[in-house]
Amino acid sequence: MSQFNVMRTPPETAAMNTPLLDVRGLSIALPPGADRPLAVDNLTFTLNPDEILCVVGESGSGKSMTAHAMMGLLPAPHVRVSGGSLLFKGKDVLAMPEAEQRSLRGGRIAMVFQEPMTALNPLMRVGRQIGESLREHTALPAPARRARVVELLDQVGLPNPAELAEAYPFRLSGGQRQRVMIAMALACQPDILIADEPTTALDVTTQKQILDLIRSIQAERHMGMMFITHDFGVVAEIAHRVAVMRHGKLVEYGAASDVLNRPQHPYTRQLIASVPHYIEHRDDHAKTGAPLLVADKVRKVFNVGGGLFKKSKQVVAGDDLSLTIHPGETVGLVGESGSGKSTLGRSIVGLIKPDSGRILFEGTDLLALDRKGFRPYRRAVQMVFQDPYASLNPRHRVGDIVAQGPVAFGEDRGKALARARELLAMVGLDGSAADRFPHEFSGGQRQRIGIARALAMEPKLLVADEPVSALDVSVQGQVLDLLDDIRRRLNLAMLFITHDLRVAAQVCDTIAVMRRGKIVEMGTAREVFTHPRDAYTRSLLDAIPGKAWHIPDDLQNVPAGAH
Amino acid sequence: MMNSDFWRAFARNKGAVLGLAILIAIVVLAAFASVFFPGDPWEMATAPFQPPLSEDALLGSDMLGRDIASGIAHGARVSLLIGLTSTAAALAIGVTLGALAGFHGGKVDDAIMRFTELFQTIPNFVLAVVLVAIFTPSLTTIVLAIAIVSWPPLARLARAEFLSLRSREFVQAAITTGQSNSTIILRQILPNSLSPIIVSASLMVATAILLESSLSFLGLGDPNAMSWGYMIGAARTVIRQAWWMSVFPGLAIVLTVLALNLVGEGLNDALNPKLARSRG
Repeated sequence: MSQFNVMRTPPETAAMNTPLLDVRGLSIALPPGADRPLAVDNLTFTLNPDEILCVVGESGSGKSMTAHAMMGLLPAPHVRVSGGSLLFKGKDVLAMPEAEQRSLRGGRIAMVFQEPMTALNPLMRVGRQIGESLREHTALPAPARRARVVELLDQVGLPNPAELAEAYPFRLSGGQRQRVMIAMALACQPDILIADEPTTALDVTTQKQILDLIRSIQAERHMGMMFITHDFGVVAEIAHRVAVMRHGKLVEYGAASDVLNRPQHPYTRQLIASVPHYIEHRDDHAKTGAPLLVADKVRKVFNVGGGLFKKSKQVVAGDDLSLTIHPGETVGLVGESGSGKSTLGRSIVGLIKPDSGRILFEGTDLLALDRKGFRPYRRAVQMVFQDPYASLNPRHRVGDIVAQGPVAFGEDRGKALARARELLAMVGLDGSAADRFPHEFSGGQRQRIGIARALAMEPKLLVADEPVSALDVSVQGQVLDLLDDIRRRLNLAMLFITHDLRVAAQVCDTIAVMRRGKIVEMGTAREVFTHPRDAYTRSLLDAIPGKAWHIPDDLQNVPAGAH
Repeated sequence: MMNSDFWRAFARNKGAVLGLAILIAIVVLAAFASVFFPGDPWEMATAPFQPPLSEDALLGSDMLGRDIASGIAHGARVSLLIGLTSTAAALAIGVTLGALAGFHGGKVDDAIMRFTELFQTIPNFVLAVVLVAIFTPSLTTIVLAIAIVSWPPLARLARAEFLSLRSREFVQAAITTGQSNSTIILRQILPNSLSPIIVSASLMVATAILLESSLSFLGLGDPNAMSWGYMIGAARTVIRQAWWMSVFPGLAIVLTVLALNLVGEGLNDALNPKLARSRG
């Protein structure tokens, strides 16, 4: 693959033509009682033929709403366009009669959605689903449609396209489904392809393949493409031009090279600064004393399905997993979905019982202990969960949530609540937070509460299972800084589980890379990033979006206290 | 949580408000039955076969000269009492078993669910008749019989809720912070699974009232308690000559059951706001 070209701009010819899409002063109104009156506020931008425009923003920025307005997907009557126009080749889409709008959508403008698992009809063969839009928008006879479907599946790089057209969606992997979605969008040779976070739900290596595919298809067909994303790494991979949105307003708009390398607006600068990236910001961890935790040949097999008369299928989630964590060390466990990284984390905190192997905590084998014997170790090993919306009981006050652990261990409730307030202050929340309910907090704040809950037990080891993957990038940076700060102040050891090597790079001393239930490489963060030994690690590193882009020096995020 | 949001959501459903009004009226009637209609409803109050709007009997009298209106008011007590207590008993059995099955899963779940299915395979009215016939009819045996035949759906519901909540991260967090199983079940999971259980319990009160009426229609009611079902059952032989004897108790049953169903639906809207919105 060629180096990222900072000078990449849309071809000269494009500028000559009228824009494919001209959005002028678009406003979308939210129903009364929403957190703001307008989801999209006076938005103006253009999309030229043969150009990839990346619309970047965090959740709630209105970036998807814009695409949905174009596709007629707004949840009417609650949310509606309240002003402005959407011109497609000079004609206002919103003023067109319903039938004309429909022929435009799916025909001239096509869309690829974020979630490949739910975007396909599970009961319809893949080929027929693609054929639907051909039937709707073209006059092709059935045999020609079938041939075209196979051709499309071939173009999006799927193996055995003829066979695959007859398959049901459940037989395909996430990446394959996203390819099918793209084939479906391409069926009628649209002028505009809208992609709404098409790679967010995919693993990094798959993401890279899909981004490569999208880029090559766009270049081949000279389509105009609106690519919605929250990830500046992805922007650096594919964008010609960039529009940055915040709270429904366009804050920065310009050529990719300008926005990426010379961002002007403070918000763009903040977003770029919070893109996780590897920096040599700390020395290798000096391993002192006896290891705090040793996982030794841990193996876990899940029995899936099965019943009274049916044999269950065995899935090996973890095999021969060995890992050492020293006091004060942060070990990153990195792998794609299904690699077994969470299985190991959950085994260590005692949520899963492995089938064999040993997990030694300060020399005691936790797996050999019964429920009662394990109980004292519960305090020492605590967990921070992935989903800030599911990990707090919605019916309990925050103070009780944080104090629940110490209370369960017999501490006086008043004392535990007072301590909970201190901890909430420590993780950066107001003291009054203790009296409120979880739904009153944002995702990042909830994750702070989750961290306070773990700290209330005064643990020696913190297992953080994807603690930032559900958060927006700017919040993600803050939570990572908090974890790093707490780890240092309390001299905590941490097992940091993540699918994102960039995030691991920011907080970990040591990195273990997992694949299909095995640890394929373990070494210091520096070694793994600069001299990866395993081929899989290399492919993971290679798949990091935007790795060729050098984040402007003044925006490199160096955590406080780093070297 | 019974806050103002809850009431606003509840009040948005006009039917539910009407149902609640009817229900309150019935409760008042039952509570003050002996004030409105002093004396025993079994006692002869006037001449037999008095039609409605006659002098001593607003809704007429039956074959033995008993006041129908008085019977309905006193019968409301029995109906509501049986409806509420048998639902409470069914909740106690169903939610406990369902919670245990859902929380522990595996073999415990298998055992409890097979036991539940055993009860579900027997037609519940037949079972109730058999139970009441074996243990002589009285308020207690009727309540027990109704509870025994109506807990399985509640158990299945509670199990489903517990199964899905058990894997939620806040429950796992409770496990890692060392809380006991009973604390997790009672303090963490149960409060979060209450909404659908409350809704189906409110509907179950209506079913229980119907079951009780059917039992007393068949003559299996408590012989010492005036009941709507008994009144209809007793009047069925003279339905051609004296329609009022069965129509008014019948109306009472219809209104009560309707009111309970409306209230249940309103609760459903108020407790599951997402569903309510999609109704438009």
